[in-house]
Amino acid sequence: MNSKKTAQIYSVRIGGCAGQGVKSVGLVLAKLAARSGYSIYNQIEYPSLIRGGHNVMHVNISSNNVYGPQELSDLIIALNQETVDKHHYKIKSGGGIIYNSDDKIDTSQLDKSIHLYGVPLLTLSEEAGGGELLVNVAAVGAAAALTGANLNTLTALIEEEFHDKDNDIINKNIRVAKNAHSYVLENYAGSIKDSLKPIESITTFIPKMVINGNEAAALGAIAAGMQFASIYPMSPISNILHVLAANQEEYSYVYRQPEDEIAAINMAIGASFAGARSFTSTSGGGFCLMTEGYGLAGITETPVVIVEGMRGSPGTGIPTWSEQGDLQFILNAHQGYFPRIVLTPGDVNEVFELTMEAFNLADKYQTPVVVLIDKNICENEQTCDLFDVGDYRIDRGRFTTQQVEDYKRYDFESDGISQRSIPGSGNFFIANSDEHDPHGYSTEEIEMRNRMMEKRGQKLLTCAEEDMRDPQVFGPDDADITIVSWGSNKGSILHALENFGNVNYLHVTWMSPFPSDFIKDRLSKSGHVICVECNYSGQLARLIREKTGIEITDKLLKYDGRQVYPGEIEERIKKALEVINKQ
Amino acid sequence: MTSMSDLKTPHPPNWCPGCGNISIWGAFKQAAVNQGWDNTNTALVAGIGCHGHMLNFVKITSLEGLHGRPLPVATGIKLANQKLNVFVFTGDGDCFGEGGNHFIHTCRRNHDLTVIIHDNSLYALTTGQTSPRTPQGLTTKSTPQGNPDEPINPLSLAIISGATFVARAYAGDMEELTDLITKANEHKGLSIIDVLQPCISFNKSLTHDFYRERIYYLGSDYDPTDKDEALARSRELESDRIPLGIFYNSDAVEKGKEPQKALIENEAADRDLDKLFRKYI
Repeated sequence: MNSKKTAQIYSVRIGGCAGQGVKSVGLVLAKLAARSGYSIYNQIEYPSLIRGGHNVMHVNISSNNVYGPQELSDLIIALNQETVDKHHYKIKSGGGIIYNSDDKIDTSQLDKSIHLYGVPLLTLSEEAGGGELLVNVAAVGAAAALTGANLNTLTALIEEEFHDKDNDIINKNIRVAKNAHSYVLENYAGSIKDSLKPIESITTFIPKMVINGNEAAALGAIAAGMQFASIYPMSPISNILHVLAANQEEYSYVYRQPEDEIAAINMAIGASFAGARSFTSTSGGGFCLMTEGYGLAGITETPVVIVEGMRGSPGTGIPTWSEQGDLQFILNAHQGYFPRIVLTPGDVNEVFELTMEAFNLADKYQTPVVVLIDKNICENEQTCDLFDVGDYRIDRGRFTTQQVEDYKRYDFESDGISQRSIPGSGNFFIANSDEHDPHGYSTEEIEMRNRMMEKRGQKLLTCAEEDMRDPQVFGPDDADITIVSWGSNKGSILHALENFGNVNYLHVTWMSPFPSDFIKDRLSKSGHVICVECNYSGQLARLIREKTGIEITDKLLKYDGRQVYPGEIEERIKKALEVINKQ
Repeated sequence: MTSMSDLKTPHPPNWCPGCGNISIWGAFKQAAVNQGWDNTNTALVAGIGCHGHMLNFVKITSLEGLHGRPLPVATGIKLANQKLNVFVFTGDGDCFGEGGNHFIHTCRRNHDLTVIIHDNSLYALTTGQTSPRTPQGLTTKSTPQGNPDEPINPLSLAIISGATFVARAYAGDMEELTDLITKANEHKGLSIIDVLQPCISFNKSLTHDFYRERIYYLGSDYDPTDKDEALARSRELESDRIPLGIFYNSDAVEKGKEPQKALIENEAADRDLDKLFRKYI
């Protein structure tokens, strides 16, 4: 493999109106790249409607690792005029545009250095028996030819994509792709690149997954032995429920669509009370509705795992764009106090692993665990090695289905964790949202109230001691500049770091309990700290100040719904270095 | 076998003397004794309101949840373990105010739950405000000029929303209520029992006398399998005559709505994850 530090990234940008199949073009190209030995990172940008809006998908491809978005593209696939108009100035020098020459696309305004690849996509589709609907398949064929991809890999992908359709449909799609592929080979023979040329021989090829965070969360839940899920649809997490709904028979769990998010969390709590590993998911607005149930799980000590996918807020906000604006909300939502565990993965692998871990933590500490991800993680595909559950073991914690003599559901233990049981076991208890005694009977007695609050509070301290993990540090141990951040910013920060030797990155994946000592130590040692967040007020910076007393003044905050790009972070690092060097 | 003493907890009821909740509690315990409901086969759920205190007075494992939310909790329990008899105790404010949306959808889903509505037609635990069941014109603490709104008709709503066992009882007739609770649990679908329950402290209008003058039982010639007739009779509530008994009892319950095996028995070890992961290659 290429050992060069800076990744050479080839970026393809596909644009068209909603309904033209932009996403499928991007996904097929991404899988084509992955099967040819490349790493990919997809970015999906679309408005909140089904037809007519402008959809864009970026497929970033590298023979090295690529784990973040790119601002500029090497190749644009324009399925309409709007794509040419909006994106031509985002082409790298030497880059080009594939456009549908059957349409009257106006290219007169474009810089002369841009290579134009007019391809009569509709004609080529119609010649092969397709029509308007298969223009996107023709575009894939054309792009595959221009990037030197293996045609057999492409046709295999098309076959798999339509495996549940009849042969006529499969063959038609393949003919259209091949027709466009041949057209480009004949007409642009001199322009063929090797950007997607297979880099490893097919026989030694190790398959990579092309998967987004929603899918990784659903797979993590299934791998963790989840037995019940109730999820109300909401962007950007709906795909989690699609995966869970489709696989429930084969994997023997139950998914139900509830009437709202309030029912979603209450059903999950009911199922968990009855012993099932339970799961729900929503976005910020839906979590507002779940808040009361969040506390119910807290005081009744009922395990539940919640994946919250953040989008631009408040209100309906910018529903199909990203934000990291719910951190303080998840940390503080609900009246009063109860222990909550909040995990913030930064890529698909971390989503898979932390979702699995969330189920064990929920059972061990008998309290809600939130896996908090942003829309970019939810919907952007990444390549990764085939998921491996490794040494993960399902741990239901202190839990019995057998009858226990003189059973006390909320008995006092030094670590705060009592033995859990279920209805039907013969053990009597009340899972009581009122303050309660060890059996669960309602109480308002002073001593019992205090002891129960302290017992529940103790669980988070035990968790900090036994399970909490420090942030990962990327880059040199000692650095002039330390970046601290979370979530999907990870990818862009890692790309930015490739250009500096004296900058490191603290990637925070545990927000509650919070690794205060480690972070305080690291930040105190660093010459300069930059906090990168996609929200308006610097919510992680606020948490760091609360927990460590350290005030971070250099904050790169972005709240326009778009991802933070490596270039923006590099700029900020350079600015900080200038100041440091002047001192 | 369940005996009355098995159901006893250290906490005696703390409802007002003469409260209708006391006879609902008594009727439920009697049904439990008759039917052998205990900690090996039954789970209870309640919302918040005077009714919710009941869980402290019955020694069967339970979940006291949030105001308005017992129905989704009970649905989760039943889906996780269909072997359990699942009873929901809820009030008229709990069920039709805060939880109205859940009521409609729980009827649609028609899972095998028994829902006992402690219907005192006002909010009692918060000392007497209007509820979705308060008659129009009634003065309460929140409607000193008289309640301007039409009350909900619980039975009509349940029938049109899809519940397959719909009944009304009067808290003053414990024997009949015991029988209804038993039949409701035997029914393989959602069972709704709206129990008319005078609040002796705050509802000076819907008293025992008020109900005794108006109630009558649907006779043995009444056919509870006729949905249209059930709907028509449920509307008699809006007149001066209040019928009691089983209005609707249909065996047209879709089978297999709940998994046959308790979900806890579905081990993840049996899951072919590799096959699932390879879908994403």
